[in-house]
Amino acid sequence: MSTTALSKPLRRLPFQWRHLLYLPLILMSIFYLIPLYLMLTTGLKGFEEINLQTMWDLPKSIRFDNFIAAFQTLAPYMWNSFSMVIPAAIISSFLGSINGFVLAKWKFRGADLIFPLILFGMFIPYQSILIPLVEFMKTINMYGGLPGLVLAHVIYGIPITTLTFRNYYASLPKELVEASRMDGAGLLGTYWYILLPLSWPSFVVVLIWQFTSAWNDFLFAVVLTNPQAWPITVALNNMAGSQIIAWNIQMAGSFLAAVPTLLVYIFLGRYFLRGLMAGSLKG
Amino acid sequence: MSKKSISWTLVTVLVILSFVLSGCTTPTPVATQAPAATDAPVAAADQVEVFSWWTGGGEAAGLEAMIAIFNARYPNIEFVNAAVAGGAGTNARAVLATRLQAGDAPDSWQGHAGQELIGTYVAAGQLEALNWLYEQEGWLEVMPQTLIPLISQNGNIYSVPVNIHRANVMWYNPAILSANNIAVPTTLDEWITAMDTLKAAGITPLAMGEQWTAMHLMETILLGSLGAEKYNGLWDGTTDWNSAEVKTALENFAKVLSYTNTDAASLSWQDAAQLVVNGQAAFNVMGDWAEGYFRELGKVPQTDYGWAPVPGTNGNFQFLSDSFVLPVNAPHRDAAVNWLIVCGSKEGQDAFNPVKGSIPARSDGDRSLYGTYLQSAMDDWATNTVVGSLAHGVVANDSWKSEIDTALGLFLASPDAGTFQTALVAACKASGPCK
Amino acid sequence: MSKNKDTVLSIALVTPSIVAVGIFIYGFIAWSVRVSLSNWKGLLPDYSWAGLKNYINLFSDPRFLVDVRNTVVFTVIFVLGCLAVGLALAIMLDQNLKGEAFFRSLFLFPMAISFIVTGVVWRWLMNPAAGDRMSGFNLLFSNLGLDFLVNSWHLTPRWGMAAIALAAIWQMSGYTMALYLGGLRAIPDEIREAARVDGASEFRIYTNIIFPLLRPVTLSAMIILGHISLKVFDLIIAIAGKQLPLDVPAIYMWQTTFDGYFFSRGAAIGILLLLSVAVLIIPYLYYTLRSEAEI
Repeated sequence: MSTTALSKPLRRLPFQWRHLLYLPLILMSIFYLIPLYLMLTTGLKGFEEINLQTMWDLPKSIRFDNFIAAFQTLAPYMWNSFSMVIPAAIISSFLGSINGFVLAKWKFRGADLIFPLILFGMFIPYQSILIPLVEFMKTINMYGGLPGLVLAHVIYGIPITTLTFRNYYASLPKELVEASRMDGAGLLGTYWYILLPLSWPSFVVVLIWQFTSAWNDFLFAVVLTNPQAWPITVALNNMAGSQIIAWNIQMAGSFLAAVPTLLVYIFLGRYFLRGLMAGSLKG
Repeated sequence: MSKKSISWTLVTVLVILSFVLSGCTTPTPVATQAPAATDAPVAAADQVEVFSWWTGGGEAAGLEAMIAIFNARYPNIEFVNAAVAGGAGTNARAVLATRLQAGDAPDSWQGHAGQELIGTYVAAGQLEALNWLYEQEGWLEVMPQTLIPLISQNGNIYSVPVNIHRANVMWYNPAILSANNIAVPTTLDEWITAMDTLKAAGITPLAMGEQWTAMHLMETILLGSLGAEKYNGLWDGTTDWNSAEVKTALENFAKVLSYTNTDAASLSWQDAAQLVVNGQAAFNVMGDWAEGYFRELGKVPQTDYGWAPVPGTNGNFQFLSDSFVLPVNAPHRDAAVNWLIVCGSKEGQDAFNPVKGSIPARSDGDRSLYGTYLQSAMDDWATNTVVGSLAHGVVANDSWKSEIDTALGLFLASPDAGTFQTALVAACKASGPCK
Repeated sequence: MSKNKDTVLSIALVTPSIVAVGIFIYGFIAWSVRVSLSNWKGLLPDYSWAGLKNYINLFSDPRFLVDVRNTVVFTVIFVLGCLAVGLALAIMLDQNLKGEAFFRSLFLFPMAISFIVTGVVWRWLMNPAAGDRMSGFNLLFSNLGLDFLVNSWHLTPRWGMAAIALAAIWQMSGYTMALYLGGLRAIPDEIREAARVDGASEFRIYTNIIFPLLRPVTLSAMIILGHISLKVFDLIIAIAGKQLPLDVPAIYMWQTTFDGYFFSRGAAIGILLLLSVAVLIIPYLYYTLRSEAEI
């Protein structure tokens, strides 16, 4: 079904018009790329070249020492980020998939009430629950390290992952599940052999979504982890420190911190869009 | 088919990777500090976790210098530097507040000496009194008499101050002043006349930055308008916030604000201070950490920048101080005490302060380590009347200061001294000593 | 028999999530409600009953009123901006142009980056300084001869929030574009063909046929964007720092809680935020779940 959704449509406007469309598209592309341009060029400049009045200028020479310096500072924290984000994304995706399956295709009494209650959790302002969160994590002995941070991302990811999978599964025909039941397959069998193989568009969407939101998170990370377990966002924030900020190193570090999520979008962006178009995040 | 199998391989690989990674992470010894023995349950191991918001520049370098001394003296204690940056310590304070709520205090943390510590942590019974340590180390003899009451309550001393900063400093650009035939102003009236001249000449008279720097400016104008005694009275309830003198002081503040740059709200304190040394503004009011910044920029004292007390505050030293504390139930109490001993030692303070750009809280610092400006500050510290800073936690507790900050924000948005005064009276009633 | 077993199993499978959500979301909300009804101020918990005092005070608090206005301005500009830019980009990309995949990925990438990373760049871009200190967009405009575009961005009196919304639109409009593109691609070509046969102009096809069909997408996008805008926090801090003209409830909550240790007031702001989200979301949930049940 995803292939039909992505199939290229017919030409929709007369030929000579169509090429004019490149003008606004390219202008918008420039707008989207401006922050990236500034991050990269500033990261390549020497400290004495940094000046707000010359921010648009290209660097006088290409030098990578800022990137090396930033990488040396950030590398251990980047590893922390990876070892937190990957389990968090995968575990919450599977939880969402199972919830979505049960709530869409294997409903029990009350399932229709459970779903909106779970969904509502997406909208909670996280700043207001930091204190009970830290207290609770401390009680269950999950405070300070990466496992606790993984747990927080998994749990606060449940609403969005459940929503994505439930809507996707709801769009699949009923007959799929009924046929499988006729064949005598149970709940797990139906999930494992029928639905799971069809789920990859949603998995890609949810994995990417969770990966980026956990990677970019600062709030949970700064209150739930101790210095040994800090992910990269906290370390990056600390680089800015005080007094004179070495903007070139800071920008190089910012860029490095964004590289993993950028790579995910560059290489998996197609699948993400395909998943979105296949109805994953729609109404 | 092939597409499907690729994506499934991908998912499988990710699942396996995730289990491998989560398996690895349980005992995370990844940090940079200590390569040696850091097992997850460290309760018994010798360690000291020190919390601060010193992560960059001279502050971080000064902290590192003290850590080096600590490591040399106590090689068997691992020092965990839990510094969190951001928002003038706001992120750090949020982290600290949540940790304290959860009963997970660090072994020691940074706080501004004065009401910030007393009104918040001492009031909540979180800190251990340190009188015995002061006696044991002989600090009562070397720390200034005026400082001790500000870090004490009911005769108990609650923190070890590392440094002293001065808040009421006016920085100026000597070239701009001489080009406009302006002598360094010493009274508010002279200052305003000078700024009128500069404004007419098309020069930005006074550089200011984001909202907290406006509070910093306000406290110096309050001091300059009211004098030390009445200024102190604002904070202990003996000066009436509703009085005509306070009204005049606030009107002075409004007047001075009218000389500031229009883009103040978008500038950090560094940006604002830099306008002076770059010749784009004549004056800037900022604490003496600005001097460390100017030197880092390669500027020369007396040539690129000059300094004087904020007009009207001659003879007063409006101070703030960073200090470290010993929490009740510190996880590694002995190690924490050792850290405090380093903080209060001459060696520790003389390592920290020249790098941070502040003067030692001890009066026996080695003068030769400090530059021209800091030596003059050491002289003033010894001779001037000492008053505390509002913006930096000395005179008002955090709730009160936060209410004043809100009132100030509303005032900056629509300047009306009357409304501002009413809000300040209400703030003192709600969170200060006023009845 | 096996059906019963499966029902038990299905409940068992979702139970961990329900328990987790129950504690981490509803438990914590309950805690916040309780704190918001107390007098807690200072580091020590104080659960003494204060009734609705904190809420009543907020409604006469000039700062909170500024916050409400700012949130409305931001939400309207941000949501409408994302929808307009997203829809325009989606319609353009739907024309089967060469390089579509490239543009799609490019428009989507900002949502991959957090404001911890890009905040400083936006701060530079929207620098309002004039004269020889001019920089950022203003400098660019001035050099391109577009001086009429030079403005003071987030320091513009009363409408500074619009500048902040611009950075937020940068981040989320690509995502809106993706949603719309999915919606457009889901519309069968036959419908357009039929309209063309009937002699409808391309313009009429969009206004009379395509846009009505995209309504559900618009609604979903509005919900997602709307709740993002109610929670906006680090974007403003990164660009403008903490200053009252650009204050929003999330910042007030943070400052009053962690700078002023006014826990009860902070909790009350949090609950009001949640309630305003609920006003937005509950009719939506009701509507979508009901229309689903009808099918």
